[in-house]
Amino acid sequence: MAAPAGRPKVTNMNHGFLRRYLFSTDHKTIGLQYITLSIFAAFVGIALSVLMRFHLVYPESRWRLLETLWPDGAPGGVMTPELYLSLMTMHGTIMVFFLLTTVPQGGFGNYFLPLQIGAADMAFPRLNMLSFWTTFLSFVVLCAAFFVEGGAPLAGWTAYPPLSAVGQIAGPGQGLGQTLWVLSIALFCIASLMGAINFITTTLELRTRGMSLLRMPLTCWGWFTTAIISLFAFGVLLAGGVLLLLDREAGTSFFLPAGLMINDKLLANKGGSPLLFQHLFWFFGHPEVYIAILPGMGAVSTILATFSRKPVFGYRAMIWAMLIIGFLSFVVWGHHMFISGMSPYSSIAFSLLTVTVGVPSAIKTFNWLGTIWGGSLRLTTAMLFALGFVSVFISGGLTGLILGQPALDSYFHDTYFVVGHFHMIMGVATVFAAFAATFYWFPKMRGRMMNETLGRIHFYLTFIGVYAIFIPMHFAGIAGNPRRYADFAQFDFLKDLSFLHKATTHAAFFTAAVQLLFLFNFLWSWWKGPKAGQNPWHATTLEWTLPSPPPEENFGHNPPQVHRGPYDYSLPGAPKDFLMQQEER
Amino acid sequence: MLLPLVIWATAVLVAASFAIKRWWFPAPINAHAASFDSIFSVNLLIMGVIFFVAQALLGWLIWKHRDRGQQARHSEGSTRLEILWTSITLLLFVGAGLASTGLWYEVHLSALADAGLKIEVAAKQFAWSFRYPGPDGKFGKTDIKLVNDAAGNPFGIVENDPAGKDDIVSSALRVPAGRHVQLLLQSRDVIHNFFVRELRIKQDLVPGMTIPFRIRADKPGEYEIACSELCGLGHHQMRSVLVVVSQQDYDTWLRRQAAQR
Ligand code: HEM
Ligand SMILES: [Cu+2]
Ligand SMILES: [Cu+2]
Repeated sequence: MAAPAGRPKVTNMNHGFLRRYLFSTDHKTIGLQYITLSIFAAFVGIALSVLMRFHLVYPESRWRLLETLWPDGAPGGVMTPELYLSLMTMHGTIMVFFLLTTVPQGGFGNYFLPLQIGAADMAFPRLNMLSFWTTFLSFVVLCAAFFVEGGAPLAGWTAYPPLSAVGQIAGPGQGLGQTLWVLSIALFCIASLMGAINFITTTLELRTRGMSLLRMPLTCWGWFTTAIISLFAFGVLLAGGVLLLLDREAGTSFFLPAGLMINDKLLANKGGSPLLFQHLFWFFGHPEVYIAILPGMGAVSTILATFSRKPVFGYRAMIWAMLIIGFLSFVVWGHHMFISGMSPYSSIAFSLLTVTVGVPSAIKTFNWLGTIWGGSLRLTTAMLFALGFVSVFISGGLTGLILGQPALDSYFHDTYFVVGHFHMIMGVATVFAAFAATFYWFPKMRGRMMNETLGRIHFYLTFIGVYAIFIPMHFAGIAGNPRRYADFAQFDFLKDLSFLHKATTHAAFFTAAVQLLFLFNFLWSWWKGPKAGQNPWHATTLEWTLPSPPPEENFGHNPPQVHRGPYDYSLPGAPKDFLMQQEER
Repeated sequence: MLLPLVIWATAVLVAASFAIKRWWFPAPINAHAASFDSIFSVNLLIMGVIFFVAQALLGWLIWKHRDRGQQARHSEGSTRLEILWTSITLLLFVGAGLASTGLWYEVHLSALADAGLKIEVAAKQFAWSFRYPGPDGKFGKTDIKLVNDAAGNPFGIVENDPAGKDDIVSSALRVPAGRHVQLLLQSRDVIHNFFVRELRIKQDLVPGMTIPFRIRADKPGEYEIACSELCGLGHHQMRSVLVVVSQQDYDTWLRRQAAQR
């Protein structure tokens, strides 16, 4: 193992404000920058979703606010279908990329991977800074789409060509707006690739003495596996994005077949395949859901162990499950394409692989239940969110097994059943893990505690809220309600669902409002929270051996010597109910 | 100690809201839809039981092991249990996957005895058109340059091809009950999707491809066709109807339409 000891760290603290807080190379500052960006993006994304939900159930009402924000998209305050679709596209894109992909890995991973393996920083601190600023630029470019001629794109976060490839004639927002979208995603891919290299190198090279791979906390395994998946997945999305950009701007025909006639205009392209883009997109897109959730799984495992005062049940099985998920996630992308026109034979293969990838997820769930079994559970807010994660993970995972069967997906594809499913498993589960991680690590990052009472209220209201939003969506899907509809007035069968949609909208508004409690708690505790000690949760991993917040150089010149695994809780015969990793006994 | 109660209450409410079937599938109109419903019910039952047991267990564990000052049991795992639950879930999940494969095979892959009736489906932003070969049973040639929606020629049928003279173009899909119909799905601009809830199937229409898609409806009536792949700002209004009539009515309709041409 490489010895990181004594490796001098570039320091930022002796410099001015810019170098300290904006262009810092310190992984902790960068982690916080990612977290800040994500929180901001999340609130933008939530706001967009609330506007969408209101439009769906009160399509005729006039909102002054809308007209102010989008004079063209909402003349007289009434949302046009193109505005609805562009809000939807931006909501999905912001949530998937700038919340789910950013906060678990870029945020918490950056902050805690070096601390948990006893390193002074990431392997390439400057590259790390570049990753963040590229991500930031990517976000700015995406948001710019709102302000250009034609507005934001309306092709959804999946941006299927030809709709996304032929420009303005396919609809408003498909001009410059869609170009900015593609550019933003390409930048995001580059940032993620740089991040992945950094995470992998750091994990392999910078572990401190005694920190063998099989002594790493599961959080580190989560970040490590995620980085490996990212390395393979984002490269392919980048390729897809570049080809799409060429089709749009350089007149190539990668995704455009001959004889396209858009809006009565005959195009000159020939020879391309729209399905090719879908293959490239989902080759990234399915692994992406695991990129989002694996770090959360690691954090939840650690948090459940800490607050159960028990080791993680089946530590090795958990690692195997992550690695198998990582591998299988690359061979199931076709389940998004059962009805796309690809060979029906391949659907059968993709289907069987898909139900198989459910197995390691189930293994993880069993092991989480095994972890709390026989424990002594401290129901802190972090623990509540971790347990809530297990609940929503079960609820969202089971519907995935239905969607993984092509015969059943032939009905459910692109209905609200899918919207309900992926919000539960990808959105809510990941967000719950992120909340759990925030409450767990806030004391370390800031040196202050978050407010537990507010935290609990926030948890319970959110838990009830998300079920109230996303379970009814499954029923709309069972009734056949297609997703990405700006309006439900044109179809007779959709009229029967108005109660369902009203309930969903009210639940969404309520749940969105409740998130302000979290924001308030976060900001208030940042400045006013009571002081946290070095190890308020009596946890075992290395970050808790440092002061809160940790000094810039982390462990400085004496990196710790690790003597034991990450979860030695309630060891029989031990003097206290936890032994930290660097403790000999 | 609110959490177990909240989890249990949620589980009960979720299960109950599925059980009442207030918002549910429309009645099936063929054998495929009926088998779909029964396979879905079995899946729902299995998933429902797992859901309920898992949530109940989660709540119970939280309740039972809440901190009352007791010492936690030190246990690092059990290989026997890992093997046990891995194999059970593997069997169950793959079993469920295999069980519905037949239904998929039947719709998309099985050989067809009676494929006499062919209808072309053309989608564009944001309308459907259907073309019948007419009494001669042959589709006339088409040319994309002749496509003209305003003149009633969304397929671009070539005027002087005799096979095309009797072709019928319609904005609704009319089919005889009880017969297999081979739809030939095409799109001229972006991706669309053909979805009829009562048939329990959907299929994308991809520009540059002609995708054969077989349907059969047994029960006469009118059923809505809803585009189910995002195709632009009018996606939500891309509607047509599947009109299922008796063979006799169908023949009459066909004759009348052909005579009008
Ligand atoms: C208050 C919470 C949320 C509400 C009320 C909400 C609501 C919605 C709605 C109404 C749609 C559009 C459905 C349609 O028209 O087809 C949507 C789409 C989507 N949402 Fe959310 N959402 C929320 C949170 C999230 C989160 C946390 C994520 C993170 C994964 C997320 C990811 C997405 C994605 C990827 C789409 C699909 C966009 C597309 O179709 O291209 N949402 N959401
Ligand atoms: Cu997938
Ligand atoms: Cu459409």
